[in-house]
Amino acid sequence: MFIINLLGIALIGFIVWWFWLYRSKDAVAVTENLSIRVENGVYQPTRIEIQANQASTLHFLRVDETPCAGQVIFPDLEISEDLPLNKVFSVELPALAPGEYDFHCQMQMYRGVVIAK
Amino acid sequence: MREAHQQELLIEGAGCASCVGKIEAALKAVDGVERAEMNFAQRTVSVDGNASMDLLMAAVEKAGYNAKPMNAKNEEGVLDEKERADHAYYKRLIRETAIALTLGIPLMVYSLFAGEMTITTQTEQGVWLVIGVVTGVVLYISGKHFFVGAWNSFRNHSANMDTLIALGTGTAWVYSMVVVLLPWAVPELARHVYFEATAMIIGLIDLGLALELKARGRTSLAIKRLIGLQAQTASVIRDGVEVDIAIDQVLAEDIVRVRPGERIPVDGLITEGHTSIDESMLTGEPMPVEKQLDDEVVAGTINQTGSIMFRATRVGKDTALAQIINMVKRAQNSKPPIGRLADVISSYFVPVVMIIAVVSALVWLNFGPHPAVALAIVSATTVLIIACPCALGLATPMSVMVGVGKAAEAGVLIRNGEALQTASKITAMILDKTGTITAGRPKVTDIVPSGQFQEAEILRLAASLEMGSEHPLALSIVESAQELNLNLEKAEEFNAITGHGVEAVVGGKQLLFGNAKLMRDRKIELHNYQDQAQLFAAEAKTPMYFAVDGEFAGLIAVADPIKEDAIEAIKRLQHSGIRVVMLTGDNANTAKAVAEKVGITEVFAEVLPDQKAEKVAALQAEGEVVGMTGDGINDAPALALANVGFAIGTGTDVAIESADITLMRGSLHGLADAIAVSKATLRNIKQNLFGAFIYNAAGIPFAAGVLYPFFGLLLSPVIAGAAMAFSSLTVVTNANRLRLFKAENH
Repeated sequence: MFIINLLGIALIGFIVWWFWLYRSKDAVAVTENLSIRVENGVYQPTRIEIQANQASTLHFLRVDETPCAGQVIFPDLEISEDLPLNKVFSVELPALAPGEYDFHCQMQMYRGVVIAK
Repeated sequence: MREAHQQELLIEGAGCASCVGKIEAALKAVDGVERAEMNFAQRTVSVDGNASMDLLMAAVEKAGYNAKPMNAKNEEGVLDEKERADHAYYKRLIRETAIALTLGIPLMVYSLFAGEMTITTQTEQGVWLVIGVVTGVVLYISGKHFFVGAWNSFRNHSANMDTLIALGTGTAWVYSMVVVLLPWAVPELARHVYFEATAMIIGLIDLGLALELKARGRTSLAIKRLIGLQAQTASVIRDGVEVDIAIDQVLAEDIVRVRPGERIPVDGLITEGHTSIDESMLTGEPMPVEKQLDDEVVAGTINQTGSIMFRATRVGKDTALAQIINMVKRAQNSKPPIGRLADVISSYFVPVVMIIAVVSALVWLNFGPHPAVALAIVSATTVLIIACPCALGLATPMSVMVGVGKAAEAGVLIRNGEALQTASKITAMILDKTGTITAGRPKVTDIVPSGQFQEAEILRLAASLEMGSEHPLALSIVESAQELNLNLEKAEEFNAITGHGVEAVVGGKQLLFGNAKLMRDRKIELHNYQDQAQLFAAEAKTPMYFAVDGEFAGLIAVADPIKEDAIEAIKRLQHSGIRVVMLTGDNANTAKAVAEKVGITEVFAEVLPDQKAEKVAALQAEGEVVGMTGDGINDAPALALANVGFAIGTGTDVAIESADITLMRGSLHGLADAIAVSKATLRNIKQNLFGAFIYNAAGIPFAAGVLYPFFGLLLSPVIAGAAMAFSSLTVVTNANRLRLFKAENH
């Protein structure tokens, strides 16, 4: 039982680390050719880097039929857009001060972040 | 690299069928284009490949035509597409439900009536092996999307509903297969299989998702109606010829023809003809509005009687209708503060549930009775399955979606979720008198000369003086003079004395026109005309003093009729417990008379424009949550300072961005409607949040087995699956109840 308990505690530790403590440093810089795929429960890439203090455009390509995937919301920027299925949809972002700006679907199951640098 | 996908372009200037080949060839020559097909009738080209839109447009332009991207430009097209996609997904979910339940139901019936699903003999092992493999196939067909979603989320260090379902059903299936394949590895009493639970859970959750999808479709009916108001084509005069073109091809300055019964395609100013226009779909105002030369027409409204031509002033996304749609969409997706706690909880929810599942399993393993392993698996699985982050996530947005849409249908535009929430808490409402309680179109009712000049001369001089002013009272004087065909003179050295009056030189005479304070300041003797002025004020008329060359010359009284339904609407506000206060720059007696007529007891009179905000602050200092209603332009500072600023529109001339809530029509009932719909929406959100919190807070401990030590109760994972599937459906259905909300009859 001792080993099972130890494994259980290790599993809890892993959950805490993996979902809350781990901080990815990889962010993909936005380009004209970059499409953010909305597929199978995630935005890919999840972390997008843009130039701070200048307007930018994100291209979304939704291939996920789930209704939740049909909307992308940038709560801090008061932007919400319907994403058509299997078509690229461009979302214009205003010039942003340096910082991180979350975006997500309506239920917040799909999550991504725009990093203005 | 950008991936291959479909893009659509609208082609301009393609007049003959031979253009088709030329345009297709030009597009196919672009690097990355795999397919280009033109629909000549619709002037659209569909392009497959990974070339950018800019390259495609450049290629078409090089071939001698103009091209515009069509992707997601046409709102109605996007909605149709969305509906088609949702319907296809719904059919898929129903198919997957049927497959899973076809296996799950017989297995569950067997477990209920035929006995324990355990393995004691080799025959049983063989039978369960076959059933286990079939369940695995069903899991793949009906539940693959949960597992793929869970894995993708996991790789991105996030967890969602898919994670819980995949872990729950996956654990049940893997444990059962271990029991079947390696029975010796599991204590004898724990050799129980859970294939029925696996299949039933997947089936029920797919069914819940399908029903939720249908219910969600109904939450966006209001925005669909608004989008449906947009005309698809317009008749435009180009090079002297009338041509029918797609709505997104209409340019500003185009001359557009609209016949009776047709919808106005873009905003503009009438250049020919007169008509009456039904604007009810935008303003909620049932009576058609008469329109003539130079009057504004607005996209989405319906031309009723006459044929008109108008010059387009705002097209595409700049039309009032497009802005309204945009605002409603934005507001529908914004969150009121009440939803923020749910957001915070949602972001931690799934990992917390996973931890609870592990703890629950450990507790059962350490302290549970035999078969502890089986009980641990059941409790962990049930915890994972019963937890429903979706209900929490949906609770606020679904209600906001329906509430904001419902308000828009009543001609009330709510800017965002915060305005919606605050409006529901308003305790005091300040109403600006002119244009809000009154029609804002005052008329001259009385002229009392002092003897020096005749009535007509007083009116002529006063009107000449007021020509330079934009004040509504000034306009009434000018209009009255024009009705009598009086010759107005040019005013010189015009000076507006804010909040008090105006002065200027007309025909060599020094004129002064304004309130009693202005006259006192200028040491003008008013004799006993102040008594007469008070009599006018008691009749809700506004008296104004007129002086020529430093001598009092006469009294002009102006009355602004009270809006027909103001009294009833103010009663509605008061009945809902709101303290209604009137604010005006007018003199105290007139203000009091108007206030008495409409049933208001508190009045701020003789308030200068820059003091309006101070009055708002004064009420806030008393602890009131203050709503301020004004015309949206002159009251900007007060509207901004108020907890909720209401801009009251007249017709469709609205300052959409200037207030938290814009009332598209002039009626004060819109105000009462806005507050009523806000309260109903907040009530609905609270019901949803309460339901979602209670469901999870009670369901998770129950699933973990807290009742087992006392009553021997342990929840079945199948029941948990059903509860989870229908909890989010309940939230969406409750939000849809808001669609039945009706403002009081008026």
